[in-house]
Amino acid sequence: MGERYDLAIIGSGPGGYVGAIRAAQLGMKVAIVERDRLGGVCLNWGCIPTKALLRNAEILSLLRRAEEFGFHFDNLRVDFSVAVKRSERAAAKLSKGVEYLMKKNKVTVVTGDARMAGKGQIRVSEDGTETTMEAERVLLATGTRPREIPGVAVDGKRVITSTEALSLPEVPRSLLIIGAGAVGVEFADIYGAYGSAVTIIEMLPRVLPVEDAEVSSFLEKSFAKRGMKIRVNTKVDEVTVKADQVKLKLSKEGKQEEISGDVALVAIGRIPNVEGLGLDGLGVKQDRGGFIEVNAQCETSVPGIYAIGDVVGGPLLAHKAMAEGIAAVEAMAGIKTKRPDPSKIPNCTYCSPQVASVGLTEEQAKESGREVKVGRFSLQASGKAVALGDTEGFVKVVADAEYGEILGLHIIGPEATEMIAEATMARTLEATLDELHHSVHAHPTLSEAVAEACLAALGRAIHM
Amino acid sequence: MVTEVVMPKMGYDMTEGTIVRWRKDEGDEVARGEVIAEVETTKVTVEVEAYTGGVLRKILVPEGQTVPVGQVIAVIADRDEAIPGLDKEPRADKAAREVKKAAPRPQEAAEAVTTAEEEAPRIAASPVARRMAREQGIDLGQITGAGPGGRITKEDIETFLARRPAEGPKPAPTPVAAARAAAPHDIPYEDRELSRIRQTMARRMAESKRVAPHFYVTSDIDMTELLKLRKGLNELVGEGARISVTDMLVKGAAKTLQEFPEVNASFAEGKLRVYRRINIGVAVALDEGLLTPVIADCDKKSLREIAQEAKEVVERARTGRLRPEDFTPGTFTISNLGMFDVEEFVAIINPPEAAILAVGSVAPRPVVVKGEIKVAERMRVTLSADHRVVDGATAARFLQRFKVFLEQPLHLIT
Repeated sequence: MGERYDLAIIGSGPGGYVGAIRAAQLGMKVAIVERDRLGGVCLNWGCIPTKALLRNAEILSLLRRAEEFGFHFDNLRVDFSVAVKRSERAAAKLSKGVEYLMKKNKVTVVTGDARMAGKGQIRVSEDGTETTMEAERVLLATGTRPREIPGVAVDGKRVITSTEALSLPEVPRSLLIIGAGAVGVEFADIYGAYGSAVTIIEMLPRVLPVEDAEVSSFLEKSFAKRGMKIRVNTKVDEVTVKADQVKLKLSKEGKQEEISGDVALVAIGRIPNVEGLGLDGLGVKQDRGGFIEVNAQCETSVPGIYAIGDVVGGPLLAHKAMAEGIAAVEAMAGIKTKRPDPSKIPNCTYCSPQVASVGLTEEQAKESGREVKVGRFSLQASGKAVALGDTEGFVKVVADAEYGEILGLHIIGPEATEMIAEATMARTLEATLDELHHSVHAHPTLSEAVAEACLAALGRAIHM
Repeated sequence: MVTEVVMPKMGYDMTEGTIVRWRKDEGDEVARGEVIAEVETTKVTVEVEAYTGGVLRKILVPEGQTVPVGQVIAVIADRDEAIPGLDKEPRADKAAREVKKAAPRPQEAAEAVTTAEEEAPRIAASPVARRMAREQGIDLGQITGAGPGGRITKEDIETFLARRPAEGPKPAPTPVAAARAAAPHDIPYEDRELSRIRQTMARRMAESKRVAPHFYVTSDIDMTELLKLRKGLNELVGEGARISVTDMLVKGAAKTLQEFPEVNASFAEGKLRVYRRINIGVAVALDEGLLTPVIADCDKKSLREIAQEAKEVVERARTGRLRPEDFTPGTFTISNLGMFDVEEFVAIINPPEAAILAVGSVAPRPVVVKGEIKVAERMRVTLSADHRVVDGATAARFLQRFKVFLEQPLHLIT
């Protein structure tokens, strides 16, 4: 008989570790099982290190136009390996932070692969040895990993995923990115800034397919201006790895073409980590994509077993996982709660210009059968953006015509990912256009554009 | 000195007013306290006085136009004083433009309503929920919020609306739709503009019937003694200070309400709000609609004081000169149609009050006294009560007690 816990959490990514802390706050005895590094993909191979690299890309892009600001560099030397090291340090620092938080909250951290052997029974194996623990409740927070192209081996050199893209030994002269989702465009931004010739291939008709069509098309133009090649409506039929090159066979509307580059980054989505968890034995239901099915309290089809974050599908976002981690644990404690509504979860892409949104796109809002009001405000008319020398972008609001409810808000431009917080709050509070534009925005700030977009939806923008 | 005259706020729920008439022209001398304009609100026509003396230099809002409370409607200054901004910009036109723009836009009108609503009792509800409730005629007090801390969200309103057809009356069709439905093409008709008083009455009465579950209790009261007493009192006080039957009913109701505080109450946010003052409204029928000026603190006033005040307030109502203080919130209403030879009727509660007393005529009618048919001066009253607040037995006991006060009217002057 192993140690007994109130709650065993499998996976220490943002959903798992946040759930662990909340459970400890609620007085539960908690164990968290992690097979690799504390903090999961987000901290170690995802959000955090990419943001560190993107910061490098941003500084580099700014330095390249430094003359506009009156700074002259005769010999700007760029060392990509330092960027990689910086991103690794950021990841390591935050992983250490999670370790500290676990200790502080008296959460037992167990290293190894976890498997549910029976109800309340968890076996953890590490290097051939197996230990058992018992838990009243189990929270599955195992996340996702990059989806690979069937028949194409990821070798980490010519064919890579986001994981390897974080620490390439040098900047490839040419980079072929398969998939124009958030991961694809962020790496396009990083390597584009560092000088790679970037080609993005997307099967769907536009980049960032989950975003509003106007935002996608704006980003596409912006990337094209930077010299990137973007091929939408294009399928990758074949990937061939040569000694010093990778070749892609593409087809678009029946026409075939072959392109080649130094490295191909596969960024076509992610698949759930469910293997070896013992789901079948317990009868935990999964959907067709393998994602675990849960109810509004994040409980699976088996009472006492909960699941959160990427492994239950929906938007694959760290903040969604964290919110679900809290909701699931509170539900266990008998607190009335619900998983967050996806239409109130912000979506952020940290390329340049940044993209952020919350709620429905104009198209989705119209498809839902509603009369909508749309307002736009270009950053060209924003005083702050002009002062920054960064006027590329706009804010677009989609509101219900009947009651004025903010249905969706879409931003592309500098600091879009910070600005979206206001719109998320508006969605959460069920605010209308009136609350958003009545709320006084500091001048000059980029966020004034949010208020202006709302006024524009009412036909009375001030600065446009 | 340049002084701006703004649309005054004449009541807690006044958000805008219409200029009915300018009593002064541009260029006229005005003294401090002199009436310069008449303004119509949703309830009443009031006079706007000059707060400073000078010359009415500029009228910014023409007659017939409606502007929000606080908007500048005129400028008073010395005769030759320069008025900054006025010469540069035709403000009257600008104001007119703004009003015109505001009219076809429910959005902006709704904003004004929101502001007014914020002064009402606070119920935690999201902005969208508030707006839906307003437009669907739902009292937020009826809804239990499922959001954090009981906050009412859109979902709660949607759930409520989905259930409503089964549980209660359907939302009244919008006036426009109703008019269309009610007017077959072959019958000639005219659409008359509603006075603001009538608009308010229509809205409040419909809301009352929709929201407050009414029930009715009727009582037949012997008025012989009361009429005798009234005759005696009126001989005493003389012609100028005559006491009406209604005055005596007001006093009787005030005394009864003192004993039944739960009738002097409102249903508010799922709670029973019992008022500490007894303010009785007296319904007055006017050509423009119904008004109910309020006599405050009736329990603390003598019959004579009530009579005096009622006379003045009714006179002001009839001449359209009501003052803001005549609209002190009421806690109970009496509607007397006796003078129209109505035997009895039922009235709609004046929200947010809990009850209204409908009074019929006083007339000689046959009654059975100790097994014999006799003729006596009788009066029928019907109490309409909000069943969320008052139950049947309470209403019955209320009327019983009221009857005692009227049948033994010395109670009214002690």
